[in-house]
Amino acid sequence: MALQDKYKELLDTAKTVGLSNFQAREQDNVLYIDGDAPTGAAKDQLWNVYEKIDPDFRSGDVVMNVNVSSMVPGSKATVTTQQSNLNIRKGPGTDQPIIGKAAHNETVTLVSKMNDQWWLIRTAGGAEGYASAQYLSPQN
Amino acid sequence: MKKHFTVLATILVFMIPWMLTTSCKEKDSNIQAAVETAIKDNKDLASISVEVKDGIATLSGEAKDDMCKSTAETIAGKVKGVKQVVNNCTIAAPAPAPAPVVIAEDDPLTKGVKDAIKDYPSVKADVKDGVVTLTGDIKRADLKKLMMGLNTLKPKKIDNKLTIK
Repeated sequence: MALQDKYKELLDTAKTVGLSNFQAREQDNVLYIDGDAPTGAAKDQLWNVYEKIDPDFRSGDVVMNVNVSSMVPGSKATVTTQQSNLNIRKGPGTDQPIIGKAAHNETVTLVSKMNDQWWLIRTAGGAEGYASAQYLSPQN
Repeated sequence: MKKHFTVLATILVFMIPWMLTTSCKEKDSNIQAAVETAIKDNKDLASISVEVKDGIATLSGEAKDDMCKSTAETIAGKVKGVKQVVNNCTIAAPAPAPAPVVIAEDDPLTKGVKDAIKDYPSVKADVKDGVVTLTGDIKRADLKKLMMGLNTLKPKKIDNKLTIK
């Protein structure tokens, strides 16, 4: 229970922002926080609280698996790569051939979610393929 | 005078049993209120109800556990006027244990980690038994984004040994 005390503010925030399917479980000295955030802003808020408690993310005692539930097929996302273009691939995986690109800051449409890491997207130009979800930020 | 006395005596003869029964009834309800107050003082016992008849307090409802059940009995027994406690409380079924955390197998995890760090050439990652160990260096501005990506891969743990620049 000690970890639940250490990260109390984080768990409280999870309740405040209305995380659905919220679960907080302690196992082998790691606190696992799972849930679906209603918005991208809610997810960011959680990460800000987590960063406040553990600024360098060095304690290794939390795994926070929070995804944004509002990202349903048809919703828009912004390409948030470092600077480069986002690769659009034939299948879900970096080993898959690149079939197109989406520019940094471009808006794309979610077609479906293969899993939490790979989303099938469509660009404004009509190119459709898989892109890594870590470079896609939900628009609210 | 004598007549008056007879009337008074008759009234008294009828009054006394009536007074006795009402006073006893009133007493039961008073005791019941007292027991209820005593029990409700303890938040854990909120679901337990009590009924007092002839000084016998009967407890019912669902107690959280054995401890709560016996605590309620002790509390009720201490209330003035309670001659006996009948403890009919049931024990609630324990809450089901949460499902264990699912940790990703090393194969998909290694693949996911490789994808997550590919933008940060100075970051190295090692995956073993679900534990992701990060070495190398990273800019502070990139750290949170990298961690966000890694946290969705269902690792057992993330051991961050990165030098933050």
